Amino acid sequence: MVGIREFLNDRVLAMAGRRSPWGKGPEDGGPEAGAAPAGPQADLPEPGAPDPASPPPPSGPRNPWLPPAGTDAPPRRSASIEDIFRNRPGGGGGGNGGGGSSGGPRFPRRADGKSWLPTIAGLLVLGWIGSSSTHLIGQKEQGIVTTLGQYSRTLAPGVALTLPWPIQTVAVRDVTTIVLTKLPEGENQNLILTSDKNLIDLSYQIRWKIKDLEQFSFELEAPETTVSEVAEAAMRSSVAEMPLNAVWGGSGRGELQDNVRRRMQGVLDAYRSGVQVLGVEIKKADPPAKVADAFQEVNNAQQDAQRFINQSQGWAQQKVAQAQGDASAFDQVYTQYRLAPDVTRRRMYYETMERVLANNDKVVVEGGGVTPYLPLPELRRRAPAPDASAAATPAPTGGQ
Amino acid sequence: MAELFRNKLAIGAIVALLIALASSLVMVPETQQVVVVRLGEPVRVINQFRPKVPFGQTGAGISARIPFFEQLVKVDKRLLTFQMERQLVQSTDQLRLEVDAYARFRIIDPIKMVKTAGSTERVVAQLQPILSSVLRQELGKQTFQSLLTAERGAVMVRIQEGLDKQARDYGAQVIDVRIKSADLPAGALESAFASMQAARKKEADTIRAQGQRDAQVIVGQAEARAAQIYAESFGKDPQFYDFYRAMKSYEATFANTANKGGSTIILSPENDYLRQFKGK
Repeated sequence: MVGIREFLNDRVLAMAGRRSPWGKGPEDGGPEAGAAPAGPQADLPEPGAPDPASPPPPSGPRNPWLPPAGTDAPPRRSASIEDIFRNRPGGGGGGNGGGGSSGGPRFPRRADGKSWLPTIAGLLVLGWIGSSSTHLIGQKEQGIVTTLGQYSRTLAPGVALTLPWPIQTVAVRDVTTIVLTKLPEGENQNLILTSDKNLIDLSYQIRWKIKDLEQFSFELEAPETTVSEVAEAAMRSSVAEMPLNAVWGGSGRGELQDNVRRRMQGVLDAYRSGVQVLGVEIKKADPPAKVADAFQEVNNAQQDAQRFINQSQGWAQQKVAQAQGDASAFDQVYTQYRLAPDVTRRRMYYETMERVLANNDKVVVEGGGVTPYLPLPELRRRAPAPDASAAATPAPTGGQ
Repeated sequence: MAELFRNKLAIGAIVALLIALASSLVMVPETQQVVVVRLGEPVRVINQFRPKVPFGQTGAGISARIPFFEQLVKVDKRLLTFQMERQLVQSTDQLRLEVDAYARFRIIDPIKMVKTAGSTERVVAQLQPILSSVLRQELGKQTFQSLLTAERGAVMVRIQEGLDKQARDYGAQVIDVRIKSADLPAGALESAFASMQAARKKEADTIRAQGQRDAQVIVGQAEARAAQIYAESFGKDPQFYDFYRAMKSYEATFANTANKGGSTIILSPENDYLRQFKGK
C-alpha cells in the first residue's frame, strides 16, 4: 500500500514539475512526504499549506509554475470574480494564489500594462457586425430582409449591406433553379380513375420555381407540400375527365399535361403562393399490373389484324399481277391471230395436241360396229409406273 | 468595496431596464398575427391579416405592450391546411368511393378565434368533422360518374361554402376545399380490374375481326380487279378466247410433265387431229 502511494506521489510530483529542468523542487519529494497524513490531496501541484516540517527553501532558480516555497505566501482561497477582473499590477506570479488555481486564464498584457480584453471584445463586435451586415447574394439567389420581423426589401444578386443581425435578418434562397417534384414518391403504383371507370398507373413530375419570393416566404404554411398536393388534386381531376385510351395511348397526353399545369397554376395563384409551374410531365402511364396481360392481348390482336391485312394485300397484288400477265399474253397472241386467223388457229391446235398426245398413251379405234374392250384394270395397274410407259407403249394396244 | 457595490447596482439596473424593455416590446414576424389579451380579455391584434396589403406595410415588426398585464397569443397568419381523414362516400347509384380531401384556410379574425377555439389546432379539430359530414352529404347526392369529376362542377364550391360558413364562427375563412384523391375501395378495385380485363378481351376480339374483315375486302377487290382485266382482254373475241383457253387447259391437264403418261386417250380416226391419217 505504501509502495503504491509512493509511486503515485512520484508521478504526481513529476507532472507538477518538481523535478523539472528549471530547478530542483523542494527536497520533500521523498518517501517521507508521501507518507504525510495530508493524503493524496495534499500532493496536488500546490499544497495548501506547506508542511511545517519541510526543509528551508532551496536556493536554486525559481520555478515559474510553482508557488514560491517560502512560508510568507498568504493562505490559499477560492477564486472570485474580482480576481478575474482585477487589474493585477506587476509581473510574475506575485504573492497571490498564483497560476492556475486562482481563476481564469491570464491574458497577455499590453506594453502599457493595460489588458487586451477591451480590444479583443471590440474586434469581436466589429466582426459580428461585419459578418452579419454584409451579404453575398449568389447569381441564382435572392434575399429577403426583415427588420425586427417586418419585411423591408428583397436583395438582388451581388453584395448587399444591411443592419447587423438582431435588427435585420436576411433569408437567402435560390429562386432560379427549377425544382422537380416527383409524384408519387417511391415506386408504388399510383392508380387513378379515368372517366370510363378504368384505372391507370400514373407517375409524373412537376417542374416549378419561385416567381415571387415574398409570397413564397410569407403566404403559405408549407409551400413545397402545397405544390405536390395541388398537383395531385389537379392530376386526378384531369384524368377523371379523360377516357383510358386517351391517357394511356398518348393521344391525350399533351392535353392532359397542359390541363394539369393550367389547373395547378390557377389554384396556386389563388393561394398567392408565389410559385410558377413550368411544366407537368407524365413519365409513366401504364395499365395496372394486374390487368397488364389483357392489355398485351390487345396489342397482340392489333398485330394479328395487321398481319391479316398484309397477307391479303400480298395475295391481292399477286392476283392482279397474274390477271394482267394472262391478259397481256392473250392480247399479244390475239394480235398475231388476227393477222392470220386460220393458220394460227390450226398451228396452235396441232402444237398443243402434239404435246398432249406425246405425253400420254394413245389408242386409235376404228369407228363403226367395233366395241372396244378396254382392259381397265390393266391400265390402272400401269398407271403407278409411268416411267415404264415409254417402253410399254405399244403393248396394251392391239385392240385393232 | 463601495465602488464595487455601486457597479453591481448599476449592472442590475441596466439588466432590469432591459428586461422591462424586452417585455414591453413585441417582435412580430410577417407570418404571425398576435392577439393581445389584457387580463383575460382579447383587446387588439397586432399585424392582423388584411387582404392585398403588401408586405412591409403590414403591422409586422416591433410593437409595444404593457408588460405583465397584456399576454400575447400568437396566431399563424399564413394560409393553413388540414387534411380530412380518408372516408367512404356512396354515390346515388350505390357505388362507393374512398375520398381524400384537404381544405386551405386562414385565420382572418384572430380575436374571435382566440375567444371561441383558443388555438389553431382546436379550430382544425372542430372543422375536420364538419368537412367530413359536408363532403359526404354533398357527394352522396352525386352519381358515380359526377363524383369522379366532382372537381369540375359546383359540388366543390358548395362544400367549400358550407365549410366556410361554419368556419367563420371560429374566425377562420376557408379558401379552398379540394379532393386529393378518389379511389375505389378494395372490393370494388377487384371488380374494376375484372371489367377492365373483359373490356380488353372484347377490344382484342373486335380488332381481330376487323382485321379479317379488312383482309377479305382487299381480297374481294383484287378479285374484281382481276376479273375486270380478264374481261377487258378476253372480251375482244370470245370465240378465240374459248379456243385459246381450251388449248391452255388441255396442255395443263394432259401435257403436264409431272404426270407423264398418266392418261390413255382413245381416239377415233374421225378425230380432227387424225384427219390427215386418211391422207386426204
